Amino acid sequence: MSYSETIRKIYLDQIDQIKNAGIFKEERFIHSSQAADIEVEFPTGSSLKKVINMCANNYLGLSSHPDVVKAAHEGLDTRGYGMSSVRFICGTQDIHRELENRMTQFLGTEDTILFPSCMDANAGVFEAVLSDQDVMISDRLVHASIIDGIRLCSAMHDTFKHSNMEHLESKLQLHADKRFKMVITDGVFSMDGDTAKLDEMAGLCDKYGAMLFVDDSHATGFIGKTGRGTHEKCGVLGNVDIITTTFGKALGGASGGCVSGRKELVEMCRQKARPYLFSNTIAPVVVSGVLKVLEILSKSTELRDKLENNTKHWRKGLTEAGFVLKEGDTPIVPVMLFNAKLSQDFSKDLYNEGIYAIGFFFPVVPNGQARIRTQISAGHEIHHLDKALEAFVKIGEKYGILGLTKQEIIEKYGL
Amino acid sequence: MEEIKDVVLSYVIEEYLEEDDEEIAYDTPLISGGIVDSFSMVSLKRFLENKYSISIPDDRATPEAFDSVNKIVTLIREFTG
Repeated sequence: MSYSETIRKIYLDQIDQIKNAGIFKEERFIHSSQAADIEVEFPTGSSLKKVINMCANNYLGLSSHPDVVKAAHEGLDTRGYGMSSVRFICGTQDIHRELENRMTQFLGTEDTILFPSCMDANAGVFEAVLSDQDVMISDRLVHASIIDGIRLCSAMHDTFKHSNMEHLESKLQLHADKRFKMVITDGVFSMDGDTAKLDEMAGLCDKYGAMLFVDDSHATGFIGKTGRGTHEKCGVLGNVDIITTTFGKALGGASGGCVSGRKELVEMCRQKARPYLFSNTIAPVVVSGVLKVLEILSKSTELRDKLENNTKHWRKGLTEAGFVLKEGDTPIVPVMLFNAKLSQDFSKDLYNEGIYAIGFFFPVVPNGQARIRTQISAGHEIHHLDKALEAFVKIGEKYGILGLTKQEIIEKYGL
Repeated sequence: MEEIKDVVLSYVIEEYLEEDDEEIAYDTPLISGGIVDSFSMVSLKRFLENKYSISIPDDRATPEAFDSVNKIVTLIREFTG
């Protein structure tokens, strides 16, 4: 037997280390469709509990929308379940190309290519379009999938301080001798909920002849007046060279992602990006669902408007109650607790009150910046938010943190 | 002329430390201490090459050689003669 007890013990020790460090991740089983109201089995084996979901990426509430479900059923009936092939052999249907064209139109770009996930899009894109003559300059808080993609690319890599435009400019000057310079950022940062300064970044890219890359996974569908994304909000539609985004969040929440942008860059991905070349693309049933989502979003801004109003209501309620929030106007609303244990205790108490929201702490967020990250959805009604707020206030009072400043909370609970 | 070690120290502070971070000294472990990640090392290397008109080969620009201000100064001296 090759998997010896010695090998097993090494892994068990590593798993114990993860547990002892307090970063062991457990899944909670949801027995219902994804929505504002869900039924959860947690801990495993316990009876089902009805809770309000405050931590899904279901920003537009489309994960279980009846029209999307119906379209997915129709897609299943007319185009089947799987493709059993990669795209360039016999794995491309008419609806795959249709979705690429619809995304191009929606994002205001030149062309689009689908990937099995946005993680895959980010893993494949840099290696496909850059070489060792080039440099990638990324914000220090970009998503892990971008870091992975950067590691796979032979271009030089440098970073700039989070959203610090002076620092970015100094890096563009430092690397002026490189053939291509690509500035890389998230559109909306997933842990803090803040928005990249894309207008200033586009200006700097113009000045120094650099390309601009944005991962807009936490923005596509709802940020900007018509939900096109961060580039719409910042007034730089058409000025971003590469946008990667996901269908696994606001756009139905199933799976899949894409690279959208300059025609030649997209073509290079089609020829060279390994996650595109060596794995099946998005299943027809999902493609059919996303096409319906885009149809819904192109007809009306009702859902993103509702999300904006819900977000304002939630932020206002928490602020008036005396919580410390991360500044911003996106549906990612981090309630800052700073102390890791407090964030875990707070999350547990919320769950007991019927509110599902997760506490994040180091190493997911910087040390001493533990928080409950809440995410608002157009699937929430005001009564959901008011009930959640009631629970937050009750638990905030229990721990005596309402009205306290950052410094006062740290003095009370430590970092 | 400004001491090399002070030039390096002030660059590291300016480039890598955030507002809340503790101060660092000439022998503070930079990479193994988690202050500079190996990704961000490239800007330090390029800064030194530009500042001292030297070229540090990639196989010498290791995380170990960049792990403290003192070690970096030793490396620069080797290439500046």
